[in-house]
Amino acid sequence: MTNAAAATLPPESAEWTLPSRRKIAVACLICTEAALFTIFVVAYLFYIGKSVTGPSPAAELEIPVRSTICLLSSSLTIVLAERAFRREHTGGFRLWWLITILLAVEFLRSTACEWQRLLTTHQLTISTNLFGTTFYSLIGLHASHVIVGLILLVLVLILSLRGHVEQAHAEHLEMLSWYWHFVDAVWVVVFTVVYLIGR
Amino acid sequence: MASQDLALSPAAETSLPLTARLHALVVTVDHKQLGLMYIGTALLFLVVSGGMAAVIRLQLAVPNNTLVSPQVFNRLFTMHGTAMVFLVGMPLIAGLMNYLVPLMIGARDMAFPRLNAFGYWMFLFGGLLLYFSYLAAPGLAGHGSAPDVGWFAYAPLTGRAFSRGHSTDYWILSLLVSSGGSIVSAINVITTIASLRCKGMTLMRMPLFVWMMLVVSGMIILALPPLSAAQIMLLLDRFLGARFFDTQAGGSAVLWQHFFWIFGHPEVYILMIPGFACASEIIPVFSRKPIFGYPAMVAATVMIGSISMGVWAHHMFAVGMTAMGNTFFAISTLLIAVPTGIKLFNWLATMYGGQIRFELPMLFCLGFLFQFLLAGLTGVMLGVAPFDWQLTDSYFVVAHFHYVLVGSFLFTIFAAIYYWYPKASGRMLNTKLGLWHFWLFALGFHLTFDPQHLAGILGMPRRIYTYDAGRGWEIYNLISSLGVIFQAGGILCLVINLLWSLRHGEPAGDDPWDAWTLEWSTTSPPPAYNFETLPEVRSRRPLWDLKHPEDPDWKYE
Amino acid sequence: MKLGLLGQKSLLWALRTAFFPWAITSSAARADAGAPNGITNIFKPLSTPAEAIYEVSVLVLTICAGIFLIVGGLLAYTIIRFRRRPDDDGREPPQVYGSNQLELAWTVIPILIVFVLILVTARTIADVQNAARPAGALDVTVVGHQWWWEIRYPELGIVTANELHVPVSDPTKRRPTFLKLESADVAHSFWVPQLAGKTDAIPNRDNQMWIEPKQPGTYLGNCAEYCGTQHARMLLRVIVHPPGDFEKWVAAQQDPPVDDPQVQAGRNVFFSTPCVNCHAINGTKAEGTFGPDLTHLMSRATLGSGAAPNTPEKLRVWLRDPQLLKEGCLMPNMQLADTELDHIVAYLLTLK
Repeated sequence: MTNAAAATLPPESAEWTLPSRRKIAVACLICTEAALFTIFVVAYLFYIGKSVTGPSPAAELEIPVRSTICLLSSSLTIVLAERAFRREHTGGFRLWWLITILLAVEFLRSTACEWQRLLTTHQLTISTNLFGTTFYSLIGLHASHVIVGLILLVLVLILSLRGHVEQAHAEHLEMLSWYWHFVDAVWVVVFTVVYLIGR
Repeated sequence: MASQDLALSPAAETSLPLTARLHALVVTVDHKQLGLMYIGTALLFLVVSGGMAAVIRLQLAVPNNTLVSPQVFNRLFTMHGTAMVFLVGMPLIAGLMNYLVPLMIGARDMAFPRLNAFGYWMFLFGGLLLYFSYLAAPGLAGHGSAPDVGWFAYAPLTGRAFSRGHSTDYWILSLLVSSGGSIVSAINVITTIASLRCKGMTLMRMPLFVWMMLVVSGMIILALPPLSAAQIMLLLDRFLGARFFDTQAGGSAVLWQHFFWIFGHPEVYILMIPGFACASEIIPVFSRKPIFGYPAMVAATVMIGSISMGVWAHHMFAVGMTAMGNTFFAISTLLIAVPTGIKLFNWLATMYGGQIRFELPMLFCLGFLFQFLLAGLTGVMLGVAPFDWQLTDSYFVVAHFHYVLVGSFLFTIFAAIYYWYPKASGRMLNTKLGLWHFWLFALGFHLTFDPQHLAGILGMPRRIYTYDAGRGWEIYNLISSLGVIFQAGGILCLVINLLWSLRHGEPAGDDPWDAWTLEWSTTSPPPAYNFETLPEVRSRRPLWDLKHPEDPDWKYE
Repeated sequence: MKLGLLGQKSLLWALRTAFFPWAITSSAARADAGAPNGITNIFKPLSTPAEAIYEVSVLVLTICAGIFLIVGGLLAYTIIRFRRRPDDDGREPPQVYGSNQLELAWTVIPILIVFVLILVTARTIADVQNAARPAGALDVTVVGHQWWWEIRYPELGIVTANELHVPVSDPTKRRPTFLKLESADVAHSFWVPQLAGKTDAIPNRDNQMWIEPKQPGTYLGNCAEYCGTQHARMLLRVIVHPPGDFEKWVAAQQDPPVDDPQVQAGRNVFFSTPCVNCHAINGTKAEGTFGPDLTHLMSRATLGSGAAPNTPEKLRVWLRDPQLLKEGCLMPNMQLADTELDHIVAYLLTLK
């Protein structure tokens, strides 16, 4: 039936290309995650200065320069890893990929140290006041995304070391790097809101 | 129609043992099978939470009624609202999208079939979790049972101080789970539409149904996360003692309302636009004319989708916003009437000059058009903020949104069921039973919801479990409750018809309505692979081109 | 607006008879002080803000009714005129794909209508929300509780519950009442349809609204925001006093509670039970704030925020077990013996 239809039709340009379904799906995922973060960011901004008791961000927070540099440069290293992969330079790919992982680990370590300092020396918990509530939930939401990314990065490294990552997976890796760039971009927003505006 | 689609063909179905059939349901990743499972489950939930509504109406039929206790009543309306939105409306949409989008764009399945199955099971377990609260919540804490905080769950009523036990936790967790399912299925639909259209199916040749589902899916991925975010905050409040909505610690009760309605209002359009989508397919076919003003319809849909993201606070005119805030949200709310009006006029113009066939799908669409007109106009009244100060949280609002969700959305869903059932089952639904369904349901709908406008104008607030005599509300409530009988009768006719016609309906053939979109070019029911060869299209109505080679659409588009 | 946009009162009347026949039949019922007339009809406003809302409402209703008649008429005409007939020749009708002129028309005309609506809406919002405050205005703080209303007159030193007493306002000497709305627990909403639209009472937030009743009488209302178990039984009444009467009511409320030696037994019961933890009686050691102030309990018409009339019999039932009259309410059953009940009722009856 449809063949018959095609037969009666005038010829149209033979090209018919559609976007990759992976790209579309990951782009959608990023949009939906962005909406989720937006609400937490709005809550943080809304509650700045509204805590009825201390401690306050100005007194407690230190600007996390080191971890910010780590996370942001990991966006660069993952791009380098991808480029090496596309040039079929497996050693370079694994090296840059490993550096990306180490940078992410360092970021999480700094966050953990910051939390430990706040919890033990400043007695700031999630239930202390609105600052604690919004701070731990926003930073925690972001950190949980870093953890998810980290798990995926480690998984790729293990698979690659076992020789399961091939050129056919180039787009998979690209999608992972999209997600990683998104997590970085969110950090820029979180950093601005928590450590620059909120302080 | 060979052995490929075992689960869909009645004859093949009976030949398999029950366990094998159930196993096939659990492991299926077929978009049609999942679509039907979504719709079937949604109809089950519809009957359950419709039954809850019947108890609500029975309680309110006369003043000072003591049929149910206030606690039970509050659980009833909470569960009714929550279930109707998340366990009936959302899965009905997901089911329609799943079943029809790949067929309409000439694809063999969704982009991610396994993700699709994942979405269904998330929804199902979310729904079961919600109802499980009736059994589990008292056992765990000795307080309450099902959630009783309303489907909007305003803070701080949901805080630990005012909602002890775990009923509210069930509300939060079940919705987080089922929203997760909705989000992945929306991502899947967008990807399918973007990446799997058949040759020649440019964006502006897609059936309007597909366009509208695309917009709806976009709205789902942007509007559901705010609810999830707010629910995560509430969970943190309830389990870790966070202070987001703790007004004693400086938290804001109004912030919850903002977050909830940033989700809640787009949600109304997420439910309604699929209704428009069905109407936009059915009205042209039964008027024997193409949809009037296709580009305008697309533009209007996109406009509704985007404006609806900026109107949420019209649910909050009474919370004491500034005059500026109230004016802004009144303006955006009234503006949304413009694209909605464009749609209504385009449907009207589609029928104008046609030859209208009063088949069952069309009857439901005509009911939809009148009821949606009224729903839109009461919506305008509610959008006028000062009028809303009187009407909000009264029975007028209840009447208004039931006009939207029952009189408009559900009517189009019924139209869709009558229209596509032959495609999905290979058999026609019985016309006589269908007519009984239509007239009983329409009568019951008007008996129930028309008087509620008047009760609201006479000052009857929402969500009250009883009321005193003497305010003039008695007669309207009594009529409203009587209408339930007719609605229930209508639904009964539908259920009988759906089951009976599965075996005994007239064979439908591939294209019983002489329609124009691609799903009618394949067999009824379609094989697992949908199309033997992937189709290629040149216009918005590929089957019209095929049937009218002397006057094809592609010459004019 | 002040009816400027609508003009004729007769048009108003015609619309009302056409669309709201019940409003006409009940219009004979006049509000008498004391006995509530039972009217909570938003189209029978008797106070300035409610009237402003009414005027814009009638305009909106008129426009919507017009649209409904035109579009609904077109729909009906199209359906009937273009139905398939038995003598159709079986050929498809002319295929029409659209018309830019028509699309433009049904975009622009609704925009114009919406523009008018936006103007009147903005104006009414400003009229009601930004109203100037005349010198003689009365200030009252209304605090929503689960499930009753605490009413405070900060300038007059009066605390009462569930009944808002205000003076009537007349055009020559305006005496509107400005309400500050607060909540002690969850969100509530103050709604007395004949006097004003609703405004929510939300914890940790101060909301404002005002009323300016034009006629003495008793006006009924409800809590309009779902607030938990007994949301339905969180009724309100506003008693509007004729000129001069309000001052008498104020003086009576400012009186210290009667100390009648004959009900000493009841006093003893009251002060030896946990009643005093939640209730206050002026000039005594009962200073609780969780429940309604009882200083002039018997001056109020209802018990439990409208759950029952405030009669000695119902009062006794209430004290025996409040859950019998208002299931789920936060006042517990005090497990009083019959004699204790008799005494305590006798005591409370003296708190006029």
